[in-house]
Amino acid sequence: MHRLPAHVKIVAALTFTIVVVATPREQIWAFVAYAVLAATAIIAAGLRPAHIVKHLAIELPFVFFALLLPFVSRGPEISIVGIGLSQTGMWDAWNILAKATLGTTVSLVLASTTSGNELLRGLERLGAPALFVQIMSFMLRYVEVTSRELDRMRVAQASRGLRGNGVRRWRVLSHVVGSLFIRTYERGERVHLAMLSRGYRGSMPAQSAASVPVSTWAYAFALPALAAACAATAWTTPWT
Amino acid sequence: MDVRAPALELRGVAFAYPDGNQVLYGVDLRVEVGERVAMLGPNGAGKSTLALHLNGILEQGAGSVRVSGVEVTKDTVGEIRRRVGLVFQDPDDQLFMPSVRDDVAFGAINVGLRGAELDRRVDDALNAVGMLEHADRPPHHLSFGQRRRVCIATVLVMRPDVLVLDEPTSNLDPASRRELTEVLESLAVTTLRITHDLPYALQLCPRSVLLDEGVLVADRPTRVLLADEELMRAHRLELPYGFELTVAG
Repeated sequence: MHRLPAHVKIVAALTFTIVVVATPREQIWAFVAYAVLAATAIIAAGLRPAHIVKHLAIELPFVFFALLLPFVSRGPEISIVGIGLSQTGMWDAWNILAKATLGTTVSLVLASTTSGNELLRGLERLGAPALFVQIMSFMLRYVEVTSRELDRMRVAQASRGLRGNGVRRWRVLSHVVGSLFIRTYERGERVHLAMLSRGYRGSMPAQSAASVPVSTWAYAFALPALAAACAATAWTTPWT
Repeated sequence: MDVRAPALELRGVAFAYPDGNQVLYGVDLRVEVGERVAMLGPNGAGKSTLALHLNGILEQGAGSVRVSGVEVTKDTVGEIRRRVGLVFQDPDDQLFMPSVRDDVAFGAINVGLRGAELDRRVDDALNAVGMLEHADRPPHHLSFGQRRRVCIATVLVMRPDVLVLDEPTSNLDPASRRELTEVLESLAVTTLRITHDLPYALQLCPRSVLLDEGVLVADRPTRVLLADEELMRAHRLELPYGFELTVAG
């Protein structure tokens, strides 16, 4: 899976997520099937389940919101250990939790098997605006340079005795942010000069990319296709 | 191309920034094909500003710049930027692509190379600076000295007539400095090196010019120039401690 072209993986992950989101929430069996498919993707990618679980933490704000719903929604209630829970709220919570977790999981599989730059190239092949891709790729390239500058500034402050977290620290931080902005801006100008010096005329050189054989697309779309079949069955089977 | 034309020919180049700050006051300089010239001068002398005139990034207020006989104008600037390889002081300014190979290919693609020819030129340029094995690494994972050598490859790939290096040895440890020197010595290309590193100028450049306050104040064999203590002191240049120099060598 690591070797699949990025744009193929992006389309496959997006398709899988759309299929999951479009499935009626009452068809619980379909979500179990999706979870099995997602687990298959994790195994096929050779990823450790613990790695995925750890990174699923990004979903926590949504989980918190979802868990509130049974308590705040209206409608018929059922009583569980003496607490009245809204049935609609419980379905809403399930809907958010199941779909968000599945969507986040496939995104994590995509992110764990594709580097940031490959993702950008993939987006470019899928027709994302060139300017957007350029800005993102410069961000990826220079985030480390900028964070090194920030670290050096922090060390320099600590070396001159800055301690604690009081108001003074906040004032210093505002200066740090200001000077970091100016340094970054000036670096941007210098990078631009360096680009002009090597013949840049406003667009990045397009790298020719090999076309992807049908078998690769078929391999990448095996799971989304199975998911789509589940979704089709879920829509055509009556639910209560 | 006129084969007898000098690699670089500057006549009366003067320049002021838009805020009125004049930096160059009529610089004349002629560098013959194959020469290695050091440009010395204190901070703020106008050296880097002059370098930006050599490939048409800055446009002189007066005077003219010719590269291999071709005058730098708006119409020729594309060709001029292929002919003049400018290597900037900070490698992080010069290396902006995701991988070393992409960065070296950037300029070559901009001059129209594609396919197998492009790959061959990129490999040749990386080989010339001893960085071929690092082709697929991101630039920020390399050491400072390695990044500097990749910077040189990013302009070598365009087969420039003239290589212009802005402070090539700054921030390098002694071993990286030696490695860079070996790379530069192996290149048969006209070079102009802007530097404060006087022993380095002596080692690599038979001829030196001294720029101060926007004026070329001296143009001599490097050893003769560096041995002129009075001239050096007048322009804030000093040989490192313990370094003694005689004109005889």
